Amino acid sequence: MEHIVIIGNGISGVTAARHIRKLSDKKITIVSAETDYFFSRTALMYVYMGHMKFEHTQPYENWFWKKNRINLKKGFVKSIETKTKTLHFAKGDSLRYDKLIIATGSKPNKFGWPGQDLDGVMGMYHKQDLENLEKHAPNYKVCKRAVIVGGGLIGIELAEMLHSRHIPVTFLVREDSFWDAVLPKGESAMINREIISNGIDLRLGVNLKEIKADENGKVKSIIIAETGEEISCDVVGLTAGVSPNIGFIKDSDIETGRGVKVNHFLETNIKDVYAIGDCAEQRKAIDQRRPIEAVWYTGRMMGETVAQTICDNRIEYKPGHWFNSAKFFDIEYQTYGWVWAQPKANEARFYWEHPDGKKCIHINYDKNTREFVGINNFGIRMRHEFFDNVLNKKQTVDYVLEHLADANFDPEFYKLYEKDIISKFNAENNTTIQLKKKSWKRIFSV
Amino acid sequence: MKTLQNIGLSLFLIGLAIFTSLIFLGKYEVTPELFDNIISDKGIKSELFINDIKNNVVGKEFTNPFSFSSSITTALETANAAHKQNNEWDKVIWTKPHSFSYEIAKSAGNGTIKEHKGLFWWLTFGLGIIGALLYVIPNVIILGPPGIKNNGVWFNAATNRSWIGWFAFVFLVGFYIILYFRPDYIVNWTYIVDPISKNISGNLASQWFLYGFLYSTVMIVMGIRMYIKYRHNKYQMIRTTSVLFFQIVFAFLIPEILVRFEKPWYDFKNAFPLDYDFFYSWNLDQLIASGGLGLFILIWGIVLSLVIVPVMVYFFGKRWYCSWVCGCGGLSETLGDPYRHLSDKSVKSWKLERWLIHSVLIFVLIMTGFTLYSYFSGAEAILGIKTQTIQDVYGFLIGALFAGVIGTGFYPIFGNRVWCRFGCPLAAYMGLVQRFKSRFRITTNGGQCISCGNCSTYCEMGIDVRAYAQKGENIVRASCVGCGICSAVCPRGVLKLENGPEIERIHPNDILLGNDVNLMDLVNQK
Repeated sequence: MEHIVIIGNGISGVTAARHIRKLSDKKITIVSAETDYFFSRTALMYVYMGHMKFEHTQPYENWFWKKNRINLKKGFVKSIETKTKTLHFAKGDSLRYDKLIIATGSKPNKFGWPGQDLDGVMGMYHKQDLENLEKHAPNYKVCKRAVIVGGGLIGIELAEMLHSRHIPVTFLVREDSFWDAVLPKGESAMINREIISNGIDLRLGVNLKEIKADENGKVKSIIIAETGEEISCDVVGLTAGVSPNIGFIKDSDIETGRGVKVNHFLETNIKDVYAIGDCAEQRKAIDQRRPIEAVWYTGRMMGETVAQTICDNRIEYKPGHWFNSAKFFDIEYQTYGWVWAQPKANEARFYWEHPDGKKCIHINYDKNTREFVGINNFGIRMRHEFFDNVLNKKQTVDYVLEHLADANFDPEFYKLYEKDIISKFNAENNTTIQLKKKSWKRIFSV
Repeated sequence: MKTLQNIGLSLFLIGLAIFTSLIFLGKYEVTPELFDNIISDKGIKSELFINDIKNNVVGKEFTNPFSFSSSITTALETANAAHKQNNEWDKVIWTKPHSFSYEIAKSAGNGTIKEHKGLFWWLTFGLGIIGALLYVIPNVIILGPPGIKNNGVWFNAATNRSWIGWFAFVFLVGFYIILYFRPDYIVNWTYIVDPISKNISGNLASQWFLYGFLYSTVMIVMGIRMYIKYRHNKYQMIRTTSVLFFQIVFAFLIPEILVRFEKPWYDFKNAFPLDYDFFYSWNLDQLIASGGLGLFILIWGIVLSLVIVPVMVYFFGKRWYCSWVCGCGGLSETLGDPYRHLSDKSVKSWKLERWLIHSVLIFVLIMTGFTLYSYFSGAEAILGIKTQTIQDVYGFLIGALFAGVIGTGFYPIFGNRVWCRFGCPLAAYMGLVQRFKSRFRITTNGGQCISCGNCSTYCEMGIDVRAYAQKGENIVRASCVGCGICSAVCPRGVLKLENGPEIERIHPNDILLGNDVNLMDLVNQK
């Protein structure tokens, strides 16, 4: 029986395993050094915040794996020998495979800052990071201040986590406004305000110079490069992005760049070796996506796709239209299609913000054809299927605005702002768009 | 703010302590005149009982309700046993011993509490309400800006099955056991609500009036907590208002006012089979004897269960009842909200749930079948089983133990919907409609789910919502009461409670939306 070995028990590897099991009777082994069972990495923050226990982050009960004949092996892969199709583990044992899926995810970036490996300095990615944080920042008495370096999604989540335990946080962001490489000005400014209103000491446009240690080798303070200011702290969170976790592959025959190089079929340069999820790097980027995408759902889709390929139905990975979501303290964010931080030459923008400053939408469309390109919505939920359909059918911005009621996904009885939004658009663009009533027929005829 | 909360907590605990200690206070003395009244009112013919009480109770002062209760109930049981042996059926006293003892104690009690009802109301209910509000209201500021704030829920000994949770469990279970089975211990509690009862129904308070009043009070106070916690979520605000309205007006005020006008006590929203004694002969007789209103209630009760309930479930899901109207649901959604995450999400408990709840439904239908057959045919037993016996078993096991003691008592350990999930026959009935013939579903928003598990964790019905959401499948489950909290706690805007067309209700997307259309077609064809 063919033996499929998957390195990594995150969303990509586990999805691949589940779908291979659905499609075939092959022997499946998942290897992980992190945890015994699959858990949702994105939910680690809620464990620290006390919303959930760690067991709640596990989407499948523990009996699930045995019942579905998916072997779980705990171990750290030291090297891969592709000629003999063998994995070597740190403990000295080894494992043969017929087909190998590399799904090892990411690791937090460290940019060679002095003191970056001190006690009390951590990323926020692995389960071990959570345990480490629990040790160094159990409460505001032990941890009098924490400094977070890096203004991305993990950084703001870490800020929210520490804030939930009333630990004062200084948040160093290199950019002039939070996440402004991704978010346009209006949205970015909104999140700046949200961060500050939660009592976070937000420092924009600053870099970390070094982390200083006390006599026990534990972090004592940090120095800001631009001002030379020293901020004493007990914990430093390094959240300046992530990169593929592929250190152990570097010496193998498998071609790597920043990640494991794959084609659109998720195949590496070595036959029977595949790479999926955060650690995979597309040789040729798909549409306007980045070659490496550390996003939950792309990992899941790659897992589904590679399972098809491995089960003799070779298909190309096509992630479809870009979408994503996040939550910044109390502000939910969703995006469908592309809304770049800076508009491209052919693009026009429409921005609406609620007077409370906590809700907005930002629509991107083509100036000439009026084709809808993308939307950012903050504090308002939108229907994924609606926008997927709009993008498939290349509908115009006018169509989208007319049908905003179909698109809304807020809970029942929520106040809706479609009329305000449309009248603002009409006023700015000299149009006469009328809002159509929500129609189940349209919603389902997609 | 924290200080204010601590003061509130202290006041609440003092109020609770006084309330609890009231059981042990007060004196009970049956005077000869009182006893003569009881004998004539109740038409007691048992000379054994009369002599026993005259010798051992009348003229004596009891300083606690336990010895008083024991003297009365022993006398009653001994007398009954003797009469039954001698086939002197007309002398047997059929009232339940502790209910009988309650009625005597209610008149026989005296002392400070009975003399200072208002004062003691303030020392118990008053302190409790003020304390609880002082604890709850500062959360407007403490919890921070509006939004989901479940911070520390699993670190708090009250809400993570730790010692406070177990203490609350023991307290609640104890409370319900006394309420259902030893009402004669709590006459002192009923004294303090006598003035309120007098004002509404014109009668002195029974233990059920006390319970209704306490229930409504707790719901209002904890409803205020809900208003604060979910102030950003209009669905929760309106829903909370709805359950409070139906509890206060329909379950508490209207029935008591009906009594004032000498009409039968009836809760218009309490539908059979949750209202399991609706078809009992005493109820039918009473309704038929109550003229136009009685007849209306009789027809309303039948139409409610057979027409209104299923039609509403078809259009809105069973949530219209369970988390908008129902009293049990109302308590769960207010007092029980801090415990919602304690429900068990395992497949095993889902299996247990289906066995239990449908068994109860079958049980209540059989019991009602017996009841109606007996009512119309006059037969006391069918196939050798007495209707009375099966009614008693149901009333004890399901009506009292399951719905009361377990249903609410287990909140702090097994979550706030134990009864609704495992026991309520009405929920089972509506669940069948909801599962197979309804427009209600929880829509999953395409591929946005990140499997974080907040939805499953905070589902009070123990539904593993995430299992559906991460597959891109809508949630159509018999047990869902539509509380809307999964949607509220979702950080990615994935879930929405909706009433839509029946076609495409589950809308499974095996491979997720966002995957290229070709791939979706391909996989869906396979």
